[in-house]
Amino acid sequence: MADRLSLEIATPMRLVTAETADEVVIPGIEGYFGVLPGHAPFLTTLGIGRLTYRQGREERHLAVAGGFAEVRNDKVIVLADTAETPEEIDRARAERSRERAERRLAGRSQEEVDHMRCQAALARALTRIQVAERGR
Amino acid sequence: MATLRDIQRRIRSVQSTQKITRAMKLVAAAKLRRAQERIIAARPYANKMAELLGNLVSGAGEEAHPLLAQREGPRRQIVIVTADKGLAGAFNSNVIRRSLEFVRQSNATEVTLVVVGRKARDFYRRRPYTIKRDMIGFWDRLAFNHAAELADYFMSQYLGHEVDEVHLIYNEFRSVASQRPVRQQLLPIPRTDGEGAGAESVEYIYEPSGEAILGDLLPRHVRMQVYRALMESLAGEYGARMTAMEAATKNAKEMIEVLTIQYNKARQEKITKELLDIVGGAEALKQGAEA
Repeated sequence: MADRLSLEIATPMRLVTAETADEVVIPGIEGYFGVLPGHAPFLTTLGIGRLTYRQGREERHLAVAGGFAEVRNDKVIVLADTAETPEEIDRARAERSRERAERRLAGRSQEEVDHMRCQAALARALTRIQVAERGR
Repeated sequence: MATLRDIQRRIRSVQSTQKITRAMKLVAAAKLRRAQERIIAARPYANKMAELLGNLVSGAGEEAHPLLAQREGPRRQIVIVTADKGLAGAFNSNVIRRSLEFVRQSNATEVTLVVVGRKARDFYRRRPYTIKRDMIGFWDRLAFNHAAELADYFMSQYLGHEVDEVHLIYNEFRSVASQRPVRQQLLPIPRTDGEGAGAESVEYIYEPSGEAILGDLLPRHVRMQVYRALMESLAGEYGARMTAMEAATKNAKEMIEVLTIQYNKARQEKITKELLDIVGGAEALKQGAEA
């Protein structure tokens, strides 16, 4: 058993990161889960949230949304629809989309689909803001 | 016989054409490099996705997901991908010819088209086929979203039982100098799509469940297939344009050489003629003075 995890995060557009980590915390569809070396093979869909990985004492954060995460043989592979580092996040844009989503959710006569879409947009915006704040 | 000035004018005209073709070649080369880098950047995601797909589909039946289900219906939707612009050799005409063959093989009343790129739209607009949707003017800022939008469009048609099959015809990027029109069946998803991805089957803990993950994976797989095809077509377009413009620049160079020789010959002839005239005139004067 290796004592570290290898972590790969890829989106359709690019490979976001490939490095080693001591611990990874991933936003799964059914809640956050932590991965340490020696984890059982695991496959899940991703939710929207903050992915954290620890290297020694240093923690790094990414805002991820949608996709999959696989854990196998101390290898963690995250295939995300989007994954952004704190530096990449456009804070002002995230704030704007948060406001927009909140306004829409407050309004009445929502169709179910729209409502769900707005909630997802809100979750993404909140995650981005959170990651941007934490990561700096 | 063309006059000196005519030849000179032609040389200048060919020279300015050559300047343009050379510039276009350089631009295409730079863009081609970027397009190739994007294809490479998308590979880790695409490869892993194929592996997961192979893993999940091999265990699942056809009824596991509607996108996998084979249907008997005859309604075909054909997605044709060309460039917006020409001056790329046979790039556009090859793929259009290939698509026309396939369209003609299909039952005409049951076939619907989705055209991507101005060249495909302009070609099929003048013909009696049903164009359901077109997508143009996005090539310069191609992003995954474009592919996702397109894929979601025909997936919803498929799931809504408006079409029974979806095919994609595009130029495959084989190398800088070679593109080949290919047809790929997108829906229902061929069961061979995940095969050969090199995955030994693993006993995973699934969350929420294998079927739910498959349901999430399949639409993403289709979007990725479309994205890959669009990227290949874009890289192919630049490759084809680069090759075409390189050839055009070379032809212009040869033409300038031929014209320059012509020009020199004409100039010499003109000088010779003038000399003869002068000599002849002088002779005549001399004879006149002697008389």
